This record gives sequence, structure tokens and C-alpha cells, in this order.
Amino acid sequence: MKSAHVFEAEETVAGYDNETIIHGVNLSIPSNKISVMIGANACGKSTLLKTMARLIKPSSGQITLDGQSIDKIPAKQLARVLGMLPQSPIVPEGITVSDLVGRGRFPHQSFFGGWSKKDYEAVAEAMDIMNVTALSDNHIDELSGGQRQRVWIAMALAQQTDILFLDEPTTFLDITYQVEILDLLTDLNQKYGTTIVMVLHDINLSARYADHIFALKQGQLLAEGEPSKVMTSALIKEIFGLDCTVIKDPISGSPSIVPIGRHHVYDDIFSLNKGKSVTS
Amino acid sequence: MSSLSDRQEHQKLSTIPKNFKVVLFIGLVLLGISVVASLAFGSRWVSVHELMEGLFYQNTDSYGGNVVRKRVPRTVFSLFCGAALGVSGALMQAVTRNPIADPSILGVNMGASLFVVCGITFLQITTANQYIWLALVGAMITAVFVFSIGSMGRGGATPLKLVLAGAATSAALSSLVTAIMLPRSYVMDQFRFWQVGSVGSANWDGIMLFIPFLIVGILIGFLTAPALNALALGDEVASVMGIRTGILRLMAAVAAVLLCGATTALAGPIGFVGLLSAHVIRLILGPNLRYIIPLSALSGAIILTISDCIGRLLGGTGELEVGVVTAFTGAPILILLAMKLRVRSL
Amino acid sequence: MNQSVTYIVKGRRQRRYRWILVTGLLLALACLLSCGMLLLGSTMYPAQDVFHVLMGEDISGVSFAVETIRLPRMLAGLFAGFAFGISGHTFQTMLRNPLASPDVIGITAGSSAAAVFCILILHASGTVVSIASVISGLITVLLIYIFSKGKTFSIGRLILVGIGMQAMLNALVSYLLLVGAQQDIPSALRWLNGSLNGSQMDELPPLMITVLFVAPIVIALGKHVSILELGEEAATTLGLHTDRTRMMLIVGAVSLLALATATTGPIAFVAFLSGPIAKRLVGVGLSNAIPAGLVGVNLVLGADLIGQFAFEVRYPVGVITGILGAPYLIFLLTRMNRKGNVS
Repeated sequence: MKSAHVFEAEETVAGYDNETIIHGVNLSIPSNKISVMIGANACGKSTLLKTMARLIKPSSGQITLDGQSIDKIPAKQLARVLGMLPQSPIVPEGITVSDLVGRGRFPHQSFFGGWSKKDYEAVAEAMDIMNVTALSDNHIDELSGGQRQRVWIAMALAQQTDILFLDEPTTFLDITYQVEILDLLTDLNQKYGTTIVMVLHDINLSARYADHIFALKQGQLLAEGEPSKVMTSALIKEIFGLDCTVIKDPISGSPSIVPIGRHHVYDDIFSLNKGKSVTS
Repeated sequence: MSSLSDRQEHQKLSTIPKNFKVVLFIGLVLLGISVVASLAFGSRWVSVHELMEGLFYQNTDSYGGNVVRKRVPRTVFSLFCGAALGVSGALMQAVTRNPIADPSILGVNMGASLFVVCGITFLQITTANQYIWLALVGAMITAVFVFSIGSMGRGGATPLKLVLAGAATSAALSSLVTAIMLPRSYVMDQFRFWQVGSVGSANWDGIMLFIPFLIVGILIGFLTAPALNALALGDEVASVMGIRTGILRLMAAVAAVLLCGATTALAGPIGFVGLLSAHVIRLILGPNLRYIIPLSALSGAIILTISDCIGRLLGGTGELEVGVVTAFTGAPILILLAMKLRVRSL
Repeated sequence: MNQSVTYIVKGRRQRRYRWILVTGLLLALACLLSCGMLLLGSTMYPAQDVFHVLMGEDISGVSFAVETIRLPRMLAGLFAGFAFGISGHTFQTMLRNPLASPDVIGITAGSSAAAVFCILILHASGTVVSIASVISGLITVLLIYIFSKGKTFSIGRLILVGIGMQAMLNALVSYLLLVGAQQDIPSALRWLNGSLNGSQMDELPPLMITVLFVAPIVIALGKHVSILELGEEAATTLGLHTDRTRMMLIVGAVSLLALATATTGPIAFVAFLSGPIAKRLVGVGLSNAIPAGLVGVNLVLGADLIGQFAFEVRYPVGVITGILGAPYLIFLLTRMNRKGNVS
């Protein structure tokens, strides 16, 4: 089981050059759970994720891991606890799958040392979990989008961190692969207790796979908690400006939102509720 | 199809630019200054008196007067070459719809050089008349080659791809020119300008030979300008306006190659003049080619003549080839353009 | 899982064997070419005579040819080739683009201009030239970076800016050659194209010392480069100090490049060609800095031998590599055009 950590953002203000995007966020990542950040485009969810993964330096406030500011933790040491899969990592030309996954071992290796037995084991384990071992000697360029994403996650796994951040791991993937990736991540969390924090676009998948939701609006934390408690039509209206009704996902039992637009709506909202009772 | 900005753009194209007359006036004054400078400056400076004497009293035999008279063909030649390169650059930019097009950047000058050098060494060609035709063939082949490599793949002929194709081609061709000339040191001194470009070897015969090409090239430029304006809005818009884009492109490209090929044949590869002169004018007058083309001729003439003066002054007893001067002053424009380009359009 | 481990080990071992094999072959070829440089010449001396001279004996005729002409020439080619190769490879991998080699983006021209200025105008030598060319190379890097930053950084912009810089700097070199009254063809060719002609033993120490001390550091940073290749964000989360690493690499690569340029002139396209050739031979995955350096050595020595002996006239090495390199640049361009990812 991966060890538990207290990982917190304290009064964090952050952004790019001269634009502040995160306006004072306080939050604590629940250990050994899957957390998902949701919010409208440009609400700062990716920025918050990057700030917590020290890709962006907060202009005020701080990010702490077990009570210590992450600035103060040596880079490699932090990289052994906290890993992150960026939204669009760059594939070096012509590299093979096992080499790419192997690069995740960097924080565990010394300046001169080659691969140790432990490195090989970690790489093999990561590739087994993500089900890409058979592709080991393939070139990344030959893989499909879904396979490629699994390889990238395998690289982050080879890093063997207790906490794993993923910035929109399912974007650009077909729905089949989205579900596949989220299932694999859930396996990971259940089997090893890895703390997972990710940004997802799809609200219904977020509600289904998350243990904990952080809802953001304009750089501030609006609500957090279990999906079943947090996901209300009022919250969705608040963060997306969208009218909706929340129903129970017939498969998972998690909350699922059904948007209400201007067209294709029954005469009155009550008939929609009737519709709901039919489906469930 | 034609959005508001397209229409505004088109409107801009059909009116006379506001400051056209002012620019023309300033241009003519600068032209005058550069002519005087070119006649007066050099390894020996002449006085006003000597200048007048040399120009207007054919019979005087003073040393200064002779120096001035010797500089007359050189000045005329540099004016003509500059004009040709300016128009050539403006046309190439319009045809490729690409801000970074210039005979030297596209490697066309080097192609012309290689053919001339080959002609001199292997075919024992000696007359300027023959150089010109060889240079034109070389320029034409190189232009087609570079453009077809540069326009392969996604996005067509983007500035980056064209520049790289041109740079690679130039590098290969200039190595070949060196390789051909090196063992023949007797030709080397004589034809040094094949590598850097110089207007110093000008004579009246060469100028007479050059004039028809200049006239034909500039004339085609003038005639195609209105249609090229439409082409600037995109091939589709131009077709809708009833323009046959293929023929138009061919005509304008032929004119551009005629101008830069003939220049290279007589003066060697002179870089960046087209880029510099056409951009200065575009910056001041806006995108209307009807005005850009004539004024690029003017600005090209000024730039080349002044660069030649600078080269003469900097060179001391020797002489700095004008191609070196224009590369030094023109290359920053390339950098500036690269800075301004949006990433998407690279 | 153990099965998986053996599977991965197998794949990696294969690549390592290939690396060792290719590197060994490149090394053997480099030795062969070095011997060729010593043995071949207008007069052919018996191999054992040449060997004895190298061991310090004095044999009239042979000693002069070998010690003052052929040995310095060979060593200059050897060290400069290695420096060009490693430096080109480093820039190409760091910027993730084979076009981003220091001779395409104008860094070499920056070092070259400084070296020409110091040698022809200031009549300086040795240390001053070395330091000036390193500093000038670094300034060129900085300028190119500043100019290509724009609103958003892009490799395409960087390459365009670099080509512009190069045109300016080459014009500057032409001017310096004129002012320095060095209009003679050999020195012009050396400073514009690169040449091993007239290499002298006492010019070599700065280059040799730099290669011996700096090249190992750059090679050792190979693992860091491979992390840097994954992009800024991925590298940071893997615990790499990206700015610090990049700084060390740039200073190292520019030092190697500058010293080589100050010694032999900017030998065309060696830095540009070495990395991609090495990559093609070795494959990806392991650090290619050493193979790239060796390819550089082979290119310079091979091209110099061709230039010296293949034709009636002796061509300087830069002319040969120029003719070899340009078609490859065009090939690379067409290949990248097909994939559509130049920038």
C-alpha cells in the first residue's frame, strides 16, 4: 500500500506572467483516493494542478507536502513522491515504448548509474499494469492514441510515486479508451492505494470515477466533497451556467447530469421527471 | 466567403495610399542624394567642382573629372540592378504569398551564379550576352526546384520551409561554385563577385544589355499588379474574380526571375535587397502592389546604390562587395519578420 | 512479471549491443582514417618510419612532413570533428529538431566572426581567441533566443532568426577578411568554409584541453538530455532542474563548438550531419553523444582525405562537407514536409 501524505494548497495565488488565474485556494488532497477537478474552460483547474505539481510557482501562498513547502524539497526527492502526466508531453522521435517508460526512473537513478534490477522491475510492473508490455519494443509513433496514453501513464507509474497527477488524461481519446484509461487508473488506486488527482472534462465520468470532487470557478474553489453530495443542479448552474437535472447514473449509481437546453424539452419540467422515473 | 476584414483589405487595395505622394517625393530626394554620393565617394573623394566638371564638361582632362566619369556607369548600373532586385523581391513575395521571399533567400541568385561559372569554365563562354541567358536558365531551374521542395507537405509553401529549402540549396550551390573555381585561380580573382556580388565591374555594354530585361520585367510587374492584389486575398477569391491564377503566377514568376537572373549574370548574387526594399515600402504604404512595385524599384535602387557607396568607403584601399553590405543590412529584416510572424503561419 | 522483466531486458540488451557494435566500428574507422592522414601525402613514407617518428625518433624528411604537417592536421580534424559532432547532437536533441544544429542557426558563425576578429584584426592568439569565440557563441545563442521568443516560442521562428543571424555574421566575416588584408583565397576559405590546411601544433592545445575536459561532462549529461527531450513539464515532474541543465549543456556545447571553429574555421554541416547519422546507425534510446562525436571525426577526416587526394586539386574539407551536407538537408526537409512537422 502506498503511504499516506498530507498534501495541501494554502492560500495559493498563481498564474502566468501577468495574469493571475488562481485566486487564493485552500485545499487538501485526500490520501489514497481518486480526486477529480471539474470546472468550466479557463476556470484554472489545469493551472491549479500544475501549481500543485510545482510546474508553476505560486505568487503567494504555498503548497505543502507533509507540512513542508514543496519549494524546499529537493527536486528528485519530491519526484519520488509526486508524479504528473502533463496534458501534452512530447514524444522524442523514434523512441521505443520500454525506453520511454524507463525514463520515468530518472528520479531513482544516480548521476552516472545505469539501470538497476529495481529499475527493470519497476518498468516491467508499470507496463504490466497499463497492459503495454507486449508493445515494449514498438516505436511510439506506431501506436494508437489510446495505446500511447497508456504508455505515458506507464512512464508516470514507473516513477513509483505515492501521488499521481494527470492533466486531462482522456482528452482526444474515443469514449472506449476514455473508459479503459479510467478503469486502469481505478485498478491502480484500489490495488496500490495510489493517490490520484486529475482534471477531467466529462462531468459524468468524473462523478462516476471520483471519490472526491473539487469544483472550481474563476480560480476559486466553489465546492468539494463526495460526488453524490456535491453534484447538484445548483452547483452545475453555478459553475457552468447550465440548467440541468441530476439523475442517478443507472450503471454506477453516481450522480449524472442531464443538460436542459432550449430545444428538445418536454412541455414542462415535471414530464422530464416522469422521464427519469421511466429510465430508472 | 468574403468576410468583413477581406472586404476592408480589398478596399485598402483599391485606393491610393494617403502618403503616396510624400513617400514618392522623399524617395526621389533620396535617389538624388544616393546618385551624388555614388559619384562623389570612393577611395578618392571628389570636390563639388570636380563633380560638375566631370559630368558636364566632357573635354576637361582633370584627374577628378575622370574619376567621376568612371563612376557614372557604376552608378547607373547599381540603380538599375537595385530597381530590378526590388521589383523582383516584391513580385516573389506576391507570387508565393509569403513575406520572406527574396531572390537570395530562395537561392535563385546562387543558381544563376553556378550556371554562369560552369559556362565560363566548361563552355569557355566569355561574353556578357551569353552570361545572361545562362544565368536566366540557372535562376529558373533553381526557382522551380526550391519552390517545389518548399511547398511539399502540409500548409504549402510556408516561410520556414521556403527559407530552409533556399538555404540548403544555396549552401550546396555555393560549395559547388567554390569547388569549380578553386583550382582555377586565374578565374578566381576575376570572378570573385560570383560569390559575393559586386557592381564594380560595370560598363556601358553590360548596361545596354541589361536594359531590355529591366524594362520587360518591370512592365510585366506593372501589368500583373492589379491581379496580384486579388491573389493576395487567396486563390479562391482571385478565381471568383475571374483571374486565372496559374497563368498569373507563371507570368509574375517569370518576370521576377528575369529581373534577378539578369542582375546576377552581370553583378553576381546580391542578397536581401528585394526583401528589404519591398518591406520598407509595404510598411509605409500598405499592401497595394500597384504602388509597391514601382516604389520597390525606387527603394531598391536607393538601397543598392547607397550600399555600394558604403562598401567603397568601408573597404579602404580595397573594396567591400555590395553583396556583403546588403547582407549585413538586410538580414535584420529577416529576423524582424521572423519575430513578427505568428507561429501558426510559420 | 518476471517474464516481463526478461522481455524488457532482452530488448534493451539488443539495443545496447548495437550501440557497442556501432561505436566500436566508428572508432575503428576513425583510427583507420587517422592513420591515413599520417601516411598519405605527396610523398609516401613507409609506415614504420612514420611510426618511429611518432615515437620520437628523428628521420630526416619524414620528421618534418609528419610532425609539422600531417600530425597537426590529423589532430585538428580529430578534435574538431569530435567537438562539432557532440555539440551539434546536443543542440539537436535539446531543441528536439534536427534542423536546430548550431551551424544552421548561426551559432558557429558567431564564434567564427569573433575568432576572425581576434586573429586578423587584433592579432591575438591562443587563449584570447578561445575565450572570445566562446563568449561570442554564447551571446549569439542569447540573441537568437531573445529574438525568437516573440509572443510564443517556436523552433520554426528560432531557425528563421538563426538563418538571418548567420547571413549577417557571414557578411561581417567577409568584411573582416577584407579589412584584415587577408584577401588571399586560403584564409578566406578557412574562415568561410572551414579547412584543416595550415594547422599548426601550437594552435591546438586550447581545443584539445576543452575537448578532454568539457566533452565528458556533456556526454555524462546524456541521461538528463533524454529527460529534457520529454518537454519542460514532464522533465520538471521527473525532478530535473531544467534551466540549470539546459544552461550547462549550452555552455558545454558552445565551448566545444567555439574552440573547434576557432581552430579549423566553421567546417560546413559537420555539426548538422553527425547527430542524425549517429541516430540512424545506433537507433534511439541510448545516449548518442559519443557516436555522434565519432561520426563527426569520421566526417572531417574522411572529407579531408577526399579533398586532398580524390581530385587533381586539393579542396579544403569544408567544401567537401558542404557539398555532402546540403543534399542531406534537402532530404531532411522533404521527409519532414511529408510528415508536416517542420515547426
